[in-house]
Amino acid sequence: HYAAAQKQAEPAVLQPTPQPKDDFQEELVVRPLHSGDIYASFQFRTLWETDFMRGNKVSHYRLFPKSLGQVISKFSVRELHISFTQGYWRTMQWGQPYLPSPPGAELWVWFQDSVTDVDATWKELTNVLSGIFCASLNFIDSTNTVQPSASFKPLGIGNVTDHRFLRYATLPREIVCTENLTPWKKLLPCGSKAGLAVLLKSEKLFHSSFHSQAVHIRPVCQDWQCKTTSWELRQTLNVVFDLHNSGQGKREWSLFKMFSRTLTEACPLASSSKIYIDITDNPEQFELSPATSLLSQAMVLGDRRTFSVYDLTQQDTFGSVRSLNLLIRWKSTEGDMLRPLLHAERYVAGYGLQTGEIHTLMYNHHPYRSFPVLLLDSVPWYLRLYIHTLTVTSKGKDNKPSYIHYQPSKDRVRPHLLEMLVQLPPNSVTEVTVQFERALLKWTEYTPDPNHGFYVGSSVISSLVPSTVAMDTNSTRERPLFSSFFPCKEESSYFVRVYTEPLLVNLPTPDFSMPYNVICLTCTVVAVGYGSLYNLLTRSFQIEEPSPGLAKRIANVIRKMRGVPPL
Amino acid sequence: MSGLPGFLIDDRLHFPSCPSQGGQRFLVEMAAPLTLLLVLAVTIRAALFRSSLAELIAERVEVVSPITAWKRVVEGLALLDLGVSPYSGDVFHETPLIIYLFHFVVDYAEITFMLDIKTTLTFTDLSLMLFQFRKQKFALEADRYPLDCLELIRSPKEMYYIPLKVAMFYLLNPFTILSCVAKSTCGLNNAVVALFIFSTIKGNTLLSAIFLCLATYQSIYPLTLCAPAMLYLMQRQYIPVNFRRASFWWFIAQYLFMYLGSLFVLICLSFFLLGSWDYMPSVYGFILSVPDLTPNIGLFWYFFAEMFEHFRLFFLCVFQINVFFYTIPLSVKLKEHPVFLIFMQLAVISIFKSYPTVGDIALYMAFLPVWSHLYRFLRNTFLVSCVLLACSTLFPVLWHLWIYAGSANSNFYYAITLLFNVAQILLVSDYFYAFLRREHHLTYGLYLKRKDGSEATLVLK
Repeated sequence: HYAAAQKQAEPAVLQPTPQPKDDFQEELVVRPLHSGDIYASFQFRTLWETDFMRGNKVSHYRLFPKSLGQVISKFSVRELHISFTQGYWRTMQWGQPYLPSPPGAELWVWFQDSVTDVDATWKELTNVLSGIFCASLNFIDSTNTVQPSASFKPLGIGNVTDHRFLRYATLPREIVCTENLTPWKKLLPCGSKAGLAVLLKSEKLFHSSFHSQAVHIRPVCQDWQCKTTSWELRQTLNVVFDLHNSGQGKREWSLFKMFSRTLTEACPLASSSKIYIDITDNPEQFELSPATSLLSQAMVLGDRRTFSVYDLTQQDTFGSVRSLNLLIRWKSTEGDMLRPLLHAERYVAGYGLQTGEIHTLMYNHHPYRSFPVLLLDSVPWYLRLYIHTLTVTSKGKDNKPSYIHYQPSKDRVRPHLLEMLVQLPPNSVTEVTVQFERALLKWTEYTPDPNHGFYVGSSVISSLVPSTVAMDTNSTRERPLFSSFFPCKEESSYFVRVYTEPLLVNLPTPDFSMPYNVICLTCTVVAVGYGSLYNLLTRSFQIEEPSPGLAKRIANVIRKMRGVPPL
Repeated sequence: MSGLPGFLIDDRLHFPSCPSQGGQRFLVEMAAPLTLLLVLAVTIRAALFRSSLAELIAERVEVVSPITAWKRVVEGLALLDLGVSPYSGDVFHETPLIIYLFHFVVDYAEITFMLDIKTTLTFTDLSLMLFQFRKQKFALEADRYPLDCLELIRSPKEMYYIPLKVAMFYLLNPFTILSCVAKSTCGLNNAVVALFIFSTIKGNTLLSAIFLCLATYQSIYPLTLCAPAMLYLMQRQYIPVNFRRASFWWFIAQYLFMYLGSLFVLICLSFFLLGSWDYMPSVYGFILSVPDLTPNIGLFWYFFAEMFEHFRLFFLCVFQINVFFYTIPLSVKLKEHPVFLIFMQLAVISIFKSYPTVGDIALYMAFLPVWSHLYRFLRNTFLVSCVLLACSTLFPVLWHLWIYAGSANSNFYYAITLLFNVAQILLVSDYFYAFLRREHHLTYGLYLKRKDGSEATLVLK
């Protein structure tokens, strides 16, 4: 169907009529990881200079998917971020991901401040998104929705930060599979017919260690003056292929090996279509074929990275065979991975089904700088947190959070929300512990496999981490001396969001097979109480007289009929 | 003896003059054993407080309920310190007055521990009063009862040790000790109820109403004690229980006015302390609708965990009405014996309330020595005491098997709660039976004869 879209595109180019301008870019970043695994990150960006708000009836869609456009205008969405992830990102092995996401489904939405009933809109929106993405987002209700006060700030323009218009929910149990990928691919202007999207074959993508697909919608500035806004839709897909599982143990990757496809063309609707290969860690140890002379440098996650670039819009990229199959081969396995400066993990301590303790460990690997992090925990109501047992310790000392936002749970209505701002001392581990009590639920409230346990969504740690570039004194040599004395703000720190593991917690269970028995037995006991008191209340003591014999009783009946006094 | 003269006799018995004199004598003579008892009780509690057992006991579901757990009070205080309303969550269910009380005395958390002593002293005093009252009753009534009934009536000598026994029963009851060491706020509720009974028996209408209102404010259920309090006070003031008398209605109106008035003041005070009505659903809604199904020794938790959703409301109503319902027939039957009625009501509440703990049981058990004259009519003391003892030891065992070892399931623990409650029901109905039987014998003589002169057996018909 992209051919039809192409036909539409031509008059837009030819005619100078003020068609709302839209633009599509696609990009693939491949980062060989030190473990021998490979990380591929797709980004598809659609920009559209239009205004969904102010009663504007937008009906002519070109590159921007109509289904999402309608969602934005109907529910007055200002920002929408949704991600589906299968597997857990191993920060210590793989470094920071370009776009972090927690296992399962995550959805956070900023609504326009014109929305009056945010909760109802949110409920409706989750149901609609559930249909669009074929996911169980309809299970998002008030019991797993929170309104973080500080952790999730709008990423687009606009300065309304009243968290009443923010809703955040995760479904840690959500399983991501082909049925979620297909509707996601359909949102692309070229579908999966051309461009980078041809690589997205589900049988390969889901045969991986980590798979995450996301949709981000936000308003961005149209130009540097920022007088008008455009809408940006970013579709991202991150995947990590395992060295042994997908790579047969050989440190040699190619597009074909990863995706069982090669590239033959860029998406015709795309204004830019590029592949970046991260060659920073060991530029001499890789062998890239076909080789490219195009290099690009960029600041990514606080580090200056070097990339080899392949531009798919250039015909000579595909060479004589009209097909691009990038090959990356390691010559040696030497070289160190830069340790991620911020890293977190979480586990449940304690035994038995009565109480427990959640431990969250946050590692600051920076050798000399301390930095603050925002920790967000959303715990379901059936784990009753005791906030007075909250302890934060670093290096054996009490580390008092400078900001705590705590919203206690309401049974069957809303979860606990705990947000804190904690300063992580340099080169340290900060441990946050909080005790909880496991509730006994009604028998209908358990999942079909209650002894599997209940999932608790990941903690979210958001932080501005001091950049490694600032740490590196060598980099100052290449720059003029006058530019390098004071640290430059842009380079000195970068934003990172780290998700911890979701937790799996067992709850005590009733016996599901005997509701009838329990009702009968308990009612019997109540009846015993009632009966014995009733007995004593209504009767009185009497002397037991021996009952007359049968003959005498018959005689008395006859005498009664005769009207004679009984014997 | 017909009903009316009996009533009149009862009326004349309440001379308020003597108790203080007798009380002084009692206190002088009983001072030594009572002090010893207090020292012993304090030592046990202090030792347990300092030991590692205290933490274990404070977690026991039999000892603390979601309402009375000290951990939850501390949580409420922590929330208050964080600037969050303690009632915005579902952890804290105490009344606002409690939270403000503990806000000031949280450093002296062992205050609950003192409350036990206070409760006991009240109980001792109370049984002392009862004992005085019975002594007079004995003196006055001795010639009016059938001769062979004399052995049914306690001699002053027998009654002499009752206050001490009551103190012992309350202070050394393992249930009380556990509840105290767990710092359960149940001790506080018990103290308020004890003070209510004390002021009622002293004949102080206003204090009685105020303490009853405090007890009701704390946990709704003591509302049913309204009836025995009014009956007792009317007896004391020679007001006949007669619906056609204006004096009867005047007294009821007076008492209810005092009661409802103080309740109104308390509720408004709570509102002004917090500035919101949040506490109403969080405290009373929580007690009545039983959303927290944490296992306890009561009948509610498993029943409502296993309940079919469309029957939930119906059974909730049935079970809650069940607690309040017994007030009317019991008051009619026991209208001349309000103190026994209080005992019955306390027992019914502690068995059928939504979140019972062992502390509630200890409260009505403290009354048992007062009814020592009923022992000869009790039918299954052995059975009941065995079952109660066995259940008390099985509770922690089966809990461990279910929650920690995983080798048993919830049914095991549930079965024990059922048995425990059956035993309590048997105990209470046995005492009720014995009481009614003794009353019958007091009227008709102890050794009853049939018409033909042979020895008769009494049956309930």
